[in-house]
Amino acid sequence: MHLLIGNLGHFFVIASFVTALFTFFIYVKAVRSQDLVEQKQWLENGRVGFYLHTFSVLGIIFALFSIIYNHYFEYHYAYSHSSLHLPGQYMVSCFWEGQEGSFLLWMFWQAILGLILIRTQKTWEGPVMSVFALVQAFLTSMILGVVIPGLELKIGSSPFVLLRDAMSDSIFISNPEFIPADGKGLNPLLQNYWMVIHPPTLFLGFAVTLVPFSFCIAGLWYKKYFEWIKPALPWGLFAGVVLGVGILMGGYWAYETLSFGGYWNWDPVENAVYVPWLILIAAIHVMMLYKTTKSGLRISMVLAISVFILILYSTFLTRSGILGEASVHSFTDLGLSGQLLIYLFVFTVGAIALMAVRWKEIPSTEKEIATWSKEFWIFLGIATLCLMGFQVLVPTSFPVWNKFVGMFGVSSNIATPANQVEFYSRLQLWFAVVVAFLSGMAQFFWWKRIDGTNWKKEILLPVLLSLLVSLIIINIFSIYTVTFGILMWAGVFIIGSNLRVLILSFRKNPSISGGGITHVGVGLMLIGILFSSGYSKIVSLNNTGLLISKQMSTDFNRENLLLFINQPQNMGDYELEFLGERYEASDKNIYIKKHELEFTDDPYKMVAKTDIAVNNKNYFKTADTVLINPENTFYEIALRKDGSEETILYPRVQMNPSMGTLSSPDIMRGVSKDLYTHVSAPMDKNVEPEWSKLEEIRVKIGQQFFVNDYVAVLTDVRPVKSVAGFEIGDENVAAQATITIKGEHSDYIAKPIFLIRDALSNASVAYLPEEVADLGAKITLVNIHPNEQEFTLGINTRQKDWVIIKAMEKPFINILWLGTGLLAIGFGVAMVRRFKEM
Amino acid sequence: MKKTHIIALLVIAVAVAIIITTAGDASSYVTFDQASQMASSGNTKSIHVVGSLKKDEAGQITGMESSADKLSFSFVLVDDNSKEQKVYYNEPMPPDFTKSEKVVVIGHYDRDIFIAEKILLKCPSKYQDNKLKNV
Repeated sequence: MHLLIGNLGHFFVIASFVTALFTFFIYVKAVRSQDLVEQKQWLENGRVGFYLHTFSVLGIIFALFSIIYNHYFEYHYAYSHSSLHLPGQYMVSCFWEGQEGSFLLWMFWQAILGLILIRTQKTWEGPVMSVFALVQAFLTSMILGVVIPGLELKIGSSPFVLLRDAMSDSIFISNPEFIPADGKGLNPLLQNYWMVIHPPTLFLGFAVTLVPFSFCIAGLWYKKYFEWIKPALPWGLFAGVVLGVGILMGGYWAYETLSFGGYWNWDPVENAVYVPWLILIAAIHVMMLYKTTKSGLRISMVLAISVFILILYSTFLTRSGILGEASVHSFTDLGLSGQLLIYLFVFTVGAIALMAVRWKEIPSTEKEIATWSKEFWIFLGIATLCLMGFQVLVPTSFPVWNKFVGMFGVSSNIATPANQVEFYSRLQLWFAVVVAFLSGMAQFFWWKRIDGTNWKKEILLPVLLSLLVSLIIINIFSIYTVTFGILMWAGVFIIGSNLRVLILSFRKNPSISGGGITHVGVGLMLIGILFSSGYSKIVSLNNTGLLISKQMSTDFNRENLLLFINQPQNMGDYELEFLGERYEASDKNIYIKKHELEFTDDPYKMVAKTDIAVNNKNYFKTADTVLINPENTFYEIALRKDGSEETILYPRVQMNPSMGTLSSPDIMRGVSKDLYTHVSAPMDKNVEPEWSKLEEIRVKIGQQFFVNDYVAVLTDVRPVKSVAGFEIGDENVAAQATITIKGEHSDYIAKPIFLIRDALSNASVAYLPEEVADLGAKITLVNIHPNEQEFTLGINTRQKDWVIIKAMEKPFINILWLGTGLLAIGFGVAMVRRFKEM
Repeated sequence: MKKTHIIALLVIAVAVAIIITTAGDASSYVTFDQASQMASSGNTKSIHVVGSLKKDEAGQITGMESSADKLSFSFVLVDDNSKEQKVYYNEPMPPDFTKSEKVVVIGHYDRDIFIAEKILLKCPSKYQDNKLKNV
């Protein structure tokens, strides 16, 4: 039992909470103090408080990580998120798989940001750091794990809880010192490199949204109503790029790992970060607008605050368990709902109250907005972005609504529309079209004075030109759907108009070209989304014409293919052939046929039965140890087109006894389209298959016979001294037959054993048959007839191995990833510029 | 009226329109009895039903049938009112289906059979477990 590290961790948790509260009060004192010398002292104390807080947060992280890294399974966190065989890089993912760890990650980023702000923002330090410290106090309270005596009120859920305190298993009553030998392991879905970088990116994004919020609160508090925008803007851009890239990383992970078949599923958990991001984008635009035109101050404030409140709201949605029946992957309820709700309310009510008090004092322009001004077009764009977020927010909040009216005795059972992808996409598509046109327009107005005299040349011409270009594209790719056609036009327009602006601004000064690059990226993303989702098609159509069930009145589209081993099957233009199940050699990155490996005591180590070569390169010799992950099975599927092999696909199925079975696709990437294949149903090897009745044959050595319609030959029978790695001893006698079976692609060897126990006294016979899984056959050496030099072999057969797959074609998905890259670069350029201005 | 006011009014109008259309498209969580009533009154909208798989005394799941080619299957779901209903799903059985504690089926009635368009599985064991394994 390693109690010290847990106690140390727990101490740091309490220390970080206390120091956060302390820092908060000190900084508030600093803001309120009128005397400059006194204020300086308060600030210095506040700084020390925050340094101590940061140190404590690092201490918690250190303690938790050492528990995971050293496999201290006496701790609940290590036991339930890690295991002995987890590869090193995924130890990091374990850290934030649980709620507590992800709160820690969030706190960590905020602490770092706080340190940066202390160094760089001397004038704003007091109010900004007050907000930071208060937020940190709330976050640390979530992992406090303290029970208030008397009230029986539990605050927070500590990651340092011992397994015996967390679980009610009876073993702990008889043996409180019990430590499980291994942990339950990391959710196989998260064993992916994207899951190593996606959560930190997303939480950094969450953390950065606090910066513009804090500056805005500081501005209201200090009554510096417009000065806050300057330092807040670059941080807003930083938040925009980090959060945006974080979200898309999640999408890319889903595309690569999940078998949902897409990068975006409109799951409530995804929506919960998409909405704040949209509002953040709106906030960034209006802040930039204010800097050049001095209008939109109040909206900037409302939006900067909304972004952070929405982040808190999404935290509440995903972590309170309220999405339970609506989402496939939200966190489980740790009993934090009350605390999360208080956290949300404090900041919502506080920010709204502060705004309300100051509202009248906030300067606003009374002048009328002209239609020929950039303000007009940008305001329209912002309004559209906000409505776009609102449309997603409303159905995502249904579970909250049900609960809320339930508290007043009204029963409500509304659920998100059954086909959520179609439901959201239908309206979001139109919003995207409007946003694209408005942003193209706004770019013209931003860079040039446009009025009644030159609008034909400056605006009408580009609009018509883009229409022409998009009509050409529409005809080339046969996009004969009105909505997609218009979306294409919008995409071309935003790319065209921004390319023009980009060229102009780049000539002037490359540092101001950020906006242009970002918008071109957005246009490419729209087109990529249009093709990959609108024109993605399922190619694994079942054309066998077999009826499933006579009860069904409607005929359904059948979108999966059943592949039997070594039996080519047509799929569209392709021919598919399932070649068998494979293990991956952990350190070699090659796939090995399952029947070439033999089990050992350690499930993660196997022994090669023969020499193993892949592509004429020898990797293992007979009896070499091969490291594998027994949870992962890869299904080797050859893909041929016009008789020649295109590629070999290895979709994966991961079977984790406690986490379940998960299927990941293999993607054949192409410039114009990806072919996306995953296993939709694997054969369950844990269920004993139905074998045919034993069929006996008598053969001589060298004689040919048939096994499940394959030609086989008995090559040899010889006595052996060891069976399955064990010496059998002198009192036992064993004979091993060697049978070679000609498969479609290679020969298989089966070595059944005939064993006579206690040959000298009361002899008994045991059979050790061998199964050739690929061929669906089991061979037993039933008897030996020494006089005739013949052997009786028993043959059982079963249905051959199979796998059911689903395959999709995703056209031009690379345009989406390219657009994402440009978006990030554009944001980066703009951010650097604004940081320099600061 | 100023242009900002017009924009504001427009935004409110669109927001209201969004709420109305969303409410119109919304599905709901119902029991099988309610679902079958809705179907017989001509309402073909997809709805959500929450239930668990039918089990016999020994705790074995019963009533599950896969088609010969395993590309579709049917099962018996027991809703919160203990009503049993045969559900048909035109996809291979999702991995871990049999391990799930709770099943949410989204779909509609077709005569006596409930046709699921989508199945959500809730496997509490996936994330939280109160028992140790192999002890």
